[in-house]
Amino acid sequence: MADGTGDEQPDDQAGDEAREALAAELSELLGDAVVESHVEAGQNLWLRVDIEQWHAAMAALRDAGFAYFGFLSAIDWTDAPEGRYEDTEFDAAGAGEEDDEASSATAEETVRRGGGETRFQLLAQLHSPARHAAVLIKADVPEADGAPASVPSIIDVFSGADWHEREAHEMFGLVFDGHPNLEHIYLPTEFEGHPLRKDFPLLARAVKPWPGVVDIEEIPPELEAQLEAEVMAEFEASGAGA
Amino acid sequence: MSPPPTASALREQQAYVAAQAADARVNVELDTGDMTLNIGPQHPATHGTLRIACQLDGEQVISAEPLMGYMHRGYEKLCEVRTYPQCTTLINRIDWLGSFANEVPFILAAEQLMGVEAPPRAQWIRTILFELSRIANVSLFLGDMGVQVGALTPVFFAFRDRERVLNQIEEVTGGRFHPNFDRIGGLKDDIPRGWIAETHAVMAKMRGFCDEMEDLLMGNEIFQTRCRSVGVIPGDVALSYGLSGANLRASGVDWDLRRDANPGLAWDQVDWRVWTHPDGDSFARYWVRLQETREATKIVDQLLDGIPSGPIMAKVPRIIKVPAGEAYVSTENPLGEMGYYVVSKGGLGPFRVKIRTPSFSNISVVPWVMRGTYVPDIITILGSLYFILGDIDR
Repeated sequence: MADGTGDEQPDDQAGDEAREALAAELSELLGDAVVESHVEAGQNLWLRVDIEQWHAAMAALRDAGFAYFGFLSAIDWTDAPEGRYEDTEFDAAGAGEEDDEASSATAEETVRRGGGETRFQLLAQLHSPARHAAVLIKADVPEADGAPASVPSIIDVFSGADWHEREAHEMFGLVFDGHPNLEHIYLPTEFEGHPLRKDFPLLARAVKPWPGVVDIEEIPPELEAQLEAEVMAEFEASGAGA
Repeated sequence: MSPPPTASALREQQAYVAAQAADARVNVELDTGDMTLNIGPQHPATHGTLRIACQLDGEQVISAEPLMGYMHRGYEKLCEVRTYPQCTTLINRIDWLGSFANEVPFILAAEQLMGVEAPPRAQWIRTILFELSRIANVSLFLGDMGVQVGALTPVFFAFRDRERVLNQIEEVTGGRFHPNFDRIGGLKDDIPRGWIAETHAVMAKMRGFCDEMEDLLMGNEIFQTRCRSVGVIPGDVALSYGLSGANLRASGVDWDLRRDANPGLAWDQVDWRVWTHPDGDSFARYWVRLQETREATKIVDQLLDGIPSGPIMAKVPRIIKVPAGEAYVSTENPLGEMGYYVVSKGGLGPFRVKIRTPSFSNISVVPWVMRGTYVPDIITILGSLYFILGDIDR
């Protein structure tokens, strides 16, 4: 850092090579369980494993030294209006443009690290304290009859997965086979619905307009240009760009 | 006045007393099982509203189940409907005693996705503020642990000395608890004039505070009796439960993200060491935190002397759009590993944010570690695990 950005590049390259090597090693270790692996230079390593072998893969990784359980969660990949009901006036008006620009520009393949096409994906992270390495593991959760199929619990591999699986259960409605106490962890027992699913509306978002100029929705291009010009003028004036 | 007891009544009474005494002599076992003790939601040891439902057998704990959710604010969902700069306001309120440290991993994750890197000066000041929030956060623990064993003095010292650190944070950021100071691409502002010398002085005071705590508590016989060999967590159990931070290092695992997975801050530019303790008990957790606070003051001192010159912000657009992708960045926060898994679909706000908080995992070991302990130890063990409710419930 102190020597400027000059020595950043080699660092990234070295990290990259180490991760590539690790990806190759783990792919060999896990065999056909690995569907795809992805390395982002200087950032992270993703492994996508077959959901059938989720439990076996986690156990194999633990035995290979990845003994520190970081977290377990899930992602809902549905394209949904931000926190609103799908049929609100606002979204109906903007729906057409949204489809043309946003979704084509951000095709799923470019977003998802490690690929995959199901709506729900499991996500976990493990560290190896001995090797100073970390790995992110994903698995596609298939859907059956409109609900995600049950997945094996890894509570016997990592005791810490207990609460993380309960959280994923209440927030996404995933079912973990073999979990002894799959109940709500944060929400009241009688709560219905799975809040982190994209089709679960956020009421505050649906009933009143959002305060502030910059909203999460697209902002008018002329306003964006104006704000952009302002900040660039400020930037030039401060001489920071030199 | 009642009449004198008859002879037969006296004999009956004597026989009863003799039977009781006989029972006491042979130590007849009384049925003491199945008592439920609720600790919290309001209890000084819970730093918020955590409820622990304990099943007791006499003085011994059969099972202890933490029940959370009293403070669940749904930050992961709320982040999905906010722009990136708006998210940091929420993120400040996760671990409210070390707010600045919360912002850093989220900002770093967004920077990773954007391919932006903050200038060196910003990285150094970030690291300094990060360590200052560690000192402010952990110094409160160092005093608070005294309260858990019945010593009131240390906590007043802790509040007094923590204020000095908060003043330094306030001078730079304008906020004592919720700075909201970190920006994508750098920091909101530069440090004020004279701040470096003042902070040096405060660091010297904080080292004095650590010495004071060492004298007041660690050498104290009552403290040692209450904490030594109590709540022992072996290293492999700690790893399996995902314990992080000082709790993991007190179990003998040499793992510190500042050293082992530095996401680009200035820790690798200064000379410091990672402290571990092999015992894994409450005392070890206190000891490690005390050493770490001392170490943090040294890190800050060294960083203050080497802040590079240059801009405080990289060139970033006013309206921040983060390219599509996924990133996970975690840092060694005061409480342990805090990480943000950010998924972007290229919009103004994140598509999904998974917040990995240290206290959530640290507290998940409670059912395991409490089994077989005694009621008074529940409080010391909870205190030594050190959690913040906002950090558990998010």
